[in-house]
Amino acid sequence: MDQSTFEDRKAISAPMHASLRHDSAHKHVSGTADYIDDMPEPDGTLHAALGMGDRAHAEILSVDLSAVKAFPGVVLVLTAKDMPGENDISPSHRHDEPVLAEDKVEFHGQAIFCVIAETRDIARRAARLAKIEYRDLPHWTDVTDTLENGGTLVTEPLTLKRGDAEGALETAPNRVKGQMRVGGQDHFYLEGHIALAIPGEDDEITVWSSTQHPSEVQHMVAHVLGVPSNAVTVQVRRMGGGFGGKETQGNQFAALAAVAAKRLNRAVKFRLDRDEDMTATGKRHDFLVDYEVGFDGDGRIEAVKANYAARCGYSSDLSGPVTDRALFHADNAYFYPHVLLTSQPLKTHTVSNTAFRGFGGPQGLVGGERMIEEIAYTLGKDPLEIRKANFYGLPGSERVLTPYHQTVEDNIIHRIVDELEASSDYQARRKAVLAFNETSRVIRKGIALTPVKFGISFTATWYNQAGALVHVYQDGSIHLNHGGTEMGQGLFTKVAQVLADAFQVDVSRVKITATTTAKVPNTSATAASSGSDLNGMAAYDAARQIKQRLVAFAAEKWGVSPDEVAFVPHHVRVGEALIPFPDFIRQAYMARVQLSAAGFYKTPKIHWDRAKGMGTPFYYFAYGASVSEVSIDTLTGEYHVDRVDILHDVGHSLNPAIDRGQVEGAFVQGMGWLTTEELWWDDRGRLRTHAPSTYKIPLASDRPKIFNVELAEWAEAAEPTIGRSKAVGEPPFMLAVSVLEALSMAVASTADYRLCPKLDAPATPERVLMTIERLKAQKEE
Amino acid sequence: MSTDTGSIRFILNGEDISLRHVPPTGTLLDWLRLRRRLTGTKEGCAEGDCGACTVLVGRVVEGRLAYESVNACIRLLGSMNATHIVTVEYLAGSDGVLHPVQQAMVDYHGSQCGFCTPGFVMSLYGLWLSDPAPNRARIEKALQGNLCRCTGYEPIIRAAEAVAEARPSAVFDPIERTRAEVLAKLTSMAPQDTIRVSDGDGRVIVPASLDDLAAVLAEEPKATVVAGSTDVGLWVTKQFRDLNPVVFINHLTELQSLEETTEGIRIGAGVTYSQAFATLCRRFPALSPLIDRIGGEQVRNMGTIGGNIANGSPIGDTPPALIALGATLTLRSREGPRELPLERYFIEYGKQDRRPGEFVESLFVPDLPADTHFAVYKISKRRDEDISALCAAFRVTLAPDGTVADVRLCFGGMAGTPKRAATVEAALLGKPWTEATIEAARPAFETDYKPLTDWRATAEYRLLAAKNLLIRFFLETSGEIVQVRRFEDVA
Repeated sequence: MDQSTFEDRKAISAPMHASLRHDSAHKHVSGTADYIDDMPEPDGTLHAALGMGDRAHAEILSVDLSAVKAFPGVVLVLTAKDMPGENDISPSHRHDEPVLAEDKVEFHGQAIFCVIAETRDIARRAARLAKIEYRDLPHWTDVTDTLENGGTLVTEPLTLKRGDAEGALETAPNRVKGQMRVGGQDHFYLEGHIALAIPGEDDEITVWSSTQHPSEVQHMVAHVLGVPSNAVTVQVRRMGGGFGGKETQGNQFAALAAVAAKRLNRAVKFRLDRDEDMTATGKRHDFLVDYEVGFDGDGRIEAVKANYAARCGYSSDLSGPVTDRALFHADNAYFYPHVLLTSQPLKTHTVSNTAFRGFGGPQGLVGGERMIEEIAYTLGKDPLEIRKANFYGLPGSERVLTPYHQTVEDNIIHRIVDELEASSDYQARRKAVLAFNETSRVIRKGIALTPVKFGISFTATWYNQAGALVHVYQDGSIHLNHGGTEMGQGLFTKVAQVLADAFQVDVSRVKITATTTAKVPNTSATAASSGSDLNGMAAYDAARQIKQRLVAFAAEKWGVSPDEVAFVPHHVRVGEALIPFPDFIRQAYMARVQLSAAGFYKTPKIHWDRAKGMGTPFYYFAYGASVSEVSIDTLTGEYHVDRVDILHDVGHSLNPAIDRGQVEGAFVQGMGWLTTEELWWDDRGRLRTHAPSTYKIPLASDRPKIFNVELAEWAEAAEPTIGRSKAVGEPPFMLAVSVLEALSMAVASTADYRLCPKLDAPATPERVLMTIERLKAQKEE
Repeated sequence: MSTDTGSIRFILNGEDISLRHVPPTGTLLDWLRLRRRLTGTKEGCAEGDCGACTVLVGRVVEGRLAYESVNACIRLLGSMNATHIVTVEYLAGSDGVLHPVQQAMVDYHGSQCGFCTPGFVMSLYGLWLSDPAPNRARIEKALQGNLCRCTGYEPIIRAAEAVAEARPSAVFDPIERTRAEVLAKLTSMAPQDTIRVSDGDGRVIVPASLDDLAAVLAEEPKATVVAGSTDVGLWVTKQFRDLNPVVFINHLTELQSLEETTEGIRIGAGVTYSQAFATLCRRFPALSPLIDRIGGEQVRNMGTIGGNIANGSPIGDTPPALIALGATLTLRSREGPRELPLERYFIEYGKQDRRPGEFVESLFVPDLPADTHFAVYKISKRRDEDISALCAAFRVTLAPDGTVADVRLCFGGMAGTPKRAATVEAALLGKPWTEATIEAARPAFETDYKPLTDWRATAEYRLLAAKNLLIRFFLETSGEIVQVRRFEDVA
């Protein structure tokens, strides 16, 4: 009964591990991929704009909104008292983040009211007409100022401790102490925050939100409206970038749009202008790292003590887990025999900082790498030699325990670094760089190889769960839905491949659908690089359930054993017969087989006791390494990245093309963080770098001139992840640390490599030049 | 008050448009997205810095139809008369077959989140039309005004190189197939008389000639004159300034002449950076690394050198170089022309020597004398598409005995106006051109400038970099290579 043609028997178009292009690529290039602002607006849609305070810290004495309300076209002005439920959207549930400020503002630009008008232009113009009286209170925007003024914390700090760091520092043959400043970073997703709220019957409302976390938006909207979660549906098909900036930061705009929409019974759209977006939403935390490291004559670390103080902004938001993750990565790939790490999540009068790719990990890691540099310059060695001397041991070694008492079981950093060192010709190039610097007066070069080890899983253990909803329709077409969100990372494409692979059909048979809280409930943020690990497994589980029913059906109907039923390309094989997939599905439907399933997954093995600072917070680690070579101009501090070589571990890649794109994109974004992206507040506490004219992310002409990126093809997750793949979103971001260290080496050449340059981040041309000046002065001392 | 006459006429993709009501500050982007629901063109920043809103605009230049990428977010609708606007929706064939630049972006994984992608596609399409075999430097230059936060650009460059190399000949190209027809139409749309249209109280004036412009400004001395709108666009989108009326001059061919004489070059105030580039840089090669770094390609296609001067910014990129070159400015009003050295135009921060009713007509840049070294250096946080922290122009003429016979140094970003370093000049004049002279002159910068600290740089850095650039200039005059360059063979 084989009814298939030869054509049908070919392999399926895009199984797992194939380099399938992004599912929306053809729509991206033709302008037909709809973002929320592109959707047709319901009749009578109104538009919202924020009324922002212009003090960094002040009591609000009075708010006169008469001119705002009188502006032609203004329909409604919302203030804190207009929230039907609670005026609170604190994702940490500490009740420290009002939707609209009531009696005080705690950062320059905090929202005090919200204008709803016939057009966006009217709403924005009217928002500038309020008369607000304040009583100024002292403000501090910077970590140092905050520490000098009592250092109030926004959330509980964390301590990670193993052994006796203080004691071991005392007895170490060498001891270096220092401080490092690491700047923050704006996400600069190309699509700014947006929400479109459409009122429904009774207490119902649907909100389209550009969010990585639809379930949280749902809960926050319900909370602010004072309705149960089942009244609120939150949807998103795609975001124009997220990077962590849309994990919690969309809540405010969704909530305000929803409140106005319910009150007026009209759809309300809230799209922020770029400047407002950059002023009113949180960023990557900047840190002040105080470190002390003890080591022997070979550069082997004996003890580390470090404190990570962070600018968290005015509220807790995600600062607890972000500063925790900084500590989790202060070791990077290195074993610290004795260690004491502490975090200091400081309250500052700035916008509340939030998640950003790496989630504190990059800041933790770059502090650890500074200590390596200190050791290398103290001993006059190549930092790579110090790195190798301190790597975690391979399984079985005694040097495998992290500061949080998790054993590193899947270490492949030695192989990654050895292969990259050879393929990049690191040793010969380093020699050439040293030789060049000896004779070049103005231009100096630097080269550095840095590793990455990054822990995968949400440290909030309950977040490590996911759901998927899969329907197979009578014609054999498949509907895929899961709790993950698409922000450009290719998650939808990868999960569709998982499903196509499971059913052995072409991926074109799988319809990818918008994320909605109505189909898959109680989802976690698409964050922590977890998207395909969690949602891929959930979709796989849904397919498994449906396939199980189909196998039982086939076995019964055709009288074969279940082992004789198999899903093969485009067909189901039953005994000797090959039945085309759509025909088989049609027969299953006629036999009343349930062709829909809700899949579920939770990450095994992980647990974390924060109070004790002990546990296994990570399911596994992802690894990688990079070599960067740079040239600097010692007269101006200008520089250029000449060449970068990367070898990165994504396990057995679900989609090498997409993973490579993640690695390249993360590297350049990380490079921006460490080089030209600088956040600058004035003395009134105003962020003055709040648009692309003043805040400089990398351009095409900033990317490395030679850029060799390889995935470690031999790598495979040690744990049974989906297809033995590994997470890819965040780990490669930290590969960019090699750029900072290469710049540092070029700077060090101006003092004959005898002084650790202590080049802070971002290493703008100014910071490079001023560091050279400092070294020159130190050298003369 | 004048009554409406005429309409703003242009072609949108394949459709002829005639608008009788145009708000003076309405942007092209809002019109495309809100009125025409052409949502492929995105708003990323509304200030001409990210390129998500890139569209192509065709216009007649010296009888030829030229298409250039522009930022729709800061381009004002009233400036679109006699143009052909091409948006991303127009590229693919009616059968859905993608244009080769689109297909290459798909094949090379050039999009991730996709929000910047239509803008990249349009910039690459603009490059496709203007350069059949672009090298990597040219590709990067074409993309200077496009930000992508996802890909790291590598796959986009791969796509651009692949499409340049393959360059399939038989493709459906929406622009190429209608060139003759569009050229004829646009020519017929050029205004014969001043166009005046309004929207409520707001008025748009499109003069037909320079004489009309002078007459309009005599009547309306408070009118805002707009050429490229690369600055004025932000007054609208970010500052909500009510500009009324707005007089558009971007189409005036009389302001677009680029005249080479035996003494130098006369540049019309309406000449864009892109138009001026080839001629200006042939005559003054030292200007090419500067002009290459002004804005992005879209901004250089819109922005004019006249506008860069007229707005009086202390951080405009061209005035320091032009002052060092000894350029003279011609202003014009109904009373006639008035000439003055460019240097004297900048009085103090926010104040220029431009009288009511006057507009900038042209600029004359004299050739450099023999034995003269001239260089321009722009220092910014990011190499391309950034505003100067400081911008320096050095010009030194050496006498046969090796002493400094003439010297002009001018800096932007160091004071409230582009300003010459008079004390440093004095310290160099008549001295031997040696490193010792340079060292001795460097402290004089502290007398000439008291720069500010802001988000672009601290005062200390600005001063130190200024002093160090004098060393760079000296070393370069002695033939040393002392700059970090991305490409040896920069176009």
